[in-house]
Amino acid sequence: MDAFFLQVLNGLDKGGAYALIALGLTLVFGTLGVVNFAHGALFMLGAFCAVSVNQILTISRRVKDESVTFFAAYKDEPYLITWFGDTGEFIIDYSVPISLLVSIPIMLLVGLVMERGLIKHFYKRTHAEQILVTFGLAIVIQEIIKANFGANAIPMSAPDIVSGSASVGAMLGLGNSVIYPWWRLIYFIFSAITIFGVFAFLRYTSFGMVVRAGMHDRETVGLLGINIQRRFTIVFGLAAVVAGMAGVMYTPILPPNYHLGMDFLVLSFVVVVVGGMGSLGGAVAAGFLLGMLESFASTNTIKSLIPGIDQIIIYLVAVIILLVRPRGLLGKKGVFE
Amino acid sequence: MSRSKNNTPQGVSRRTILKTGATAAVVASSPMFFMRNAWAQEFRNDPSKQSTVTFGFNVPQTGPYADEGADELRAYKLAVKHLNGEGDGGMINTMQPSSLKGNGILGKKVQFVTGDTQTKSDAARASAQRMIQRDGVTMFTGGSSSGVAIACQSLAQELGVIYMCGLTHSNDTTGKDKRRYGFRHFFNAYMSGRALGPVLKEEYGTDRRAYHLTADYTWGWTQEESMKNTTEELGWTTARTVRTPVGAGDYSQYLTQVLSSDADVLILNHYGNDMVNSLTQAVNFGMRDRSVNGKNFEIVVPLFSRLMAQGAGNAIKGILGSTNWNWSLQDAGSLAFVKSFGAEYGAPPSQAAHTCYVQTLLYANACEMAGTFYPPEVIKTLEGFKFDGMGNGPTEYRADDHQCFKDVLVVRGAEDPTNQFDLLDVVKEVPRSQVEYDPSIFGGELGPYKV
Repeated sequence: MDAFFLQVLNGLDKGGAYALIALGLTLVFGTLGVVNFAHGALFMLGAFCAVSVNQILTISRRVKDESVTFFAAYKDEPYLITWFGDTGEFIIDYSVPISLLVSIPIMLLVGLVMERGLIKHFYKRTHAEQILVTFGLAIVIQEIIKANFGANAIPMSAPDIVSGSASVGAMLGLGNSVIYPWWRLIYFIFSAITIFGVFAFLRYTSFGMVVRAGMHDRETVGLLGINIQRRFTIVFGLAAVVAGMAGVMYTPILPPNYHLGMDFLVLSFVVVVVGGMGSLGGAVAAGFLLGMLESFASTNTIKSLIPGIDQIIIYLVAVIILLVRPRGLLGKKGVFE
Repeated sequence: MSRSKNNTPQGVSRRTILKTGATAAVVASSPMFFMRNAWAQEFRNDPSKQSTVTFGFNVPQTGPYADEGADELRAYKLAVKHLNGEGDGGMINTMQPSSLKGNGILGKKVQFVTGDTQTKSDAARASAQRMIQRDGVTMFTGGSSSGVAIACQSLAQELGVIYMCGLTHSNDTTGKDKRRYGFRHFFNAYMSGRALGPVLKEEYGTDRRAYHLTADYTWGWTQEESMKNTTEELGWTTARTVRTPVGAGDYSQYLTQVLSSDADVLILNHYGNDMVNSLTQAVNFGMRDRSVNGKNFEIVVPLFSRLMAQGAGNAIKGILGSTNWNWSLQDAGSLAFVKSFGAEYGAPPSQAAHTCYVQTLLYANACEMAGTFYPPEVIKTLEGFKFDGMGNGPTEYRADDHQCFKDVLVVRGAEDPTNQFDLLDVVKEVPRSQVEYDPSIFGGELGPYKV
């Protein structure tokens, strides 16, 4: 039972990340009809927002390390700590949550610039051309990041207070072996809140209602005198914010490198296809479903039955679902069928 | 044909034959007496007609072992400086025996080219091939992965250019995949197991159940095998051995399995950033605070380095492992190297830097001793070469498998570091005799001298 529950937690944690990226990807497809292969790069850009904020907060002066006597050694002392002592240390410790706030306007701006500057020129092109141009854009973004931050992963840490693990088992009356890192639990809760927030925004605000109406029938909404294109552009920005925030929060789990976006893009694209292109509910459901499947496929019992299954399970399930139900789990009939 | 009195063909006297024979013998052997590069027959990238000799430093500048690669490159650059007579000379002053004079090698200034192995065997091989075929390197060296080392020494054998391995710890490098043109100064997984065994017994007892997470390539496999053999000899049982992809990043799906098992020791057969990630995540999963089977849950990292300890931060405290060398050693060679490296870069060298620096000096010294760059002669000089003053005590390059034998260090993550670099405490200096083995146990063939 404990083992099962641990795998459920692991599946939720992975599924949360998949669902968040897939949500933005499918939102853009549902509104603008664009297959955005640069969406993974937005996730990566979010992660590097966190890296940048951390680097800014830890701008340091070099001071001689008197404790090293064998040669002249220096250590970096962040100005924040020199100036503000414990408060400075506290601010640096909370660099990831601070980055989350900073990333919102930055990613919104990135999203708007990307849509207005490039994507809008490809609305009427074929999906193949959209994929080519957005994939090219993703490569450009990742090479810019590589040139500025190097090719190696940059470790980031969660605030000290949540760097340990929670005795989830003890809390729920299960065994003591059900322990899970606080930050991963926070990530899952963050995913759930963000997904709920996006759904609530689209369902309960007049802006969201217009967007949903535009997704169903763009022309009619336009005939009513509503500038639906402008709203879709904002939706693109919103999708970029969601991907960016997901990237920021993921940095303490996986040290970001320039390739992070590509690693997640392929998986998220599979998630979107399984969920049904353009279906928000489908993307979220498929994200958690595939995260869970990946987690359970990694158990030693399953791997001893089918070696290597953990590496292919997501793709295997995608193939099966597409064979049985080409439109995906919750996809509309006729869309990418 | 008419014959002379002494029965030789007419016009050809015995004296003439003797003169001709003597002259021919002198001419034939003259290079050995009078010329540098006496065996300077045609060989690939022969530098004898140039004023410089070029080395290729093929290190991981990207990928999970990039931190080690960066430090290796620093060490190589320092070695080149010292060989060319710049700086304080470092270990050239302490190496014994040494023919190095600080004027390059055989009077030729040393220069170098660099490459990025990307911590991938195919990229490393392609990079090495460029170095040999385009840049004309006489020797190439580097790498932080056994997969890379094995691929590179295989290429070295094919192309007839010596490869001095950087950091490689798999038993296969000087075992089943050994090559005449490849040499390893670094210790190996078998030695780690032999060195760690007695310490593990003393610290954790004989009734333990171990769970292995292993990097899925040659090094991980042999490391796992060696640790499994050692711990099972102690009386431990093995709960499970699980392979993980190199550069996996997120180990949560493997760590939840460890939590669900009845193991009370986790052995992380990971290195570089993989080890930093798996260890920090294991600690985040609360493993060090656990109690299983009535015992404290323990984590063991068989191959440790200061750079990894730096990356893992507090997670490393109290963790046992083994290492080839540590900057805190107090012998003359280590002191000279640390002083020189520290003055140059403001930080002490890692074990990867140490082995790469030593390898460069050993190759240079072998060329000086052989009086040539001709690979077969340099190889013969290195085989069985005994030396000291390089930081590990008396050391020997065993001729049978090109593996160096020396003392091995068992270390523990420092609980209370005295400075930013004091991250590993040396628990035990295990004597060479305890880690020696019969070369035949790992098989393999070195191959020919001449290719």
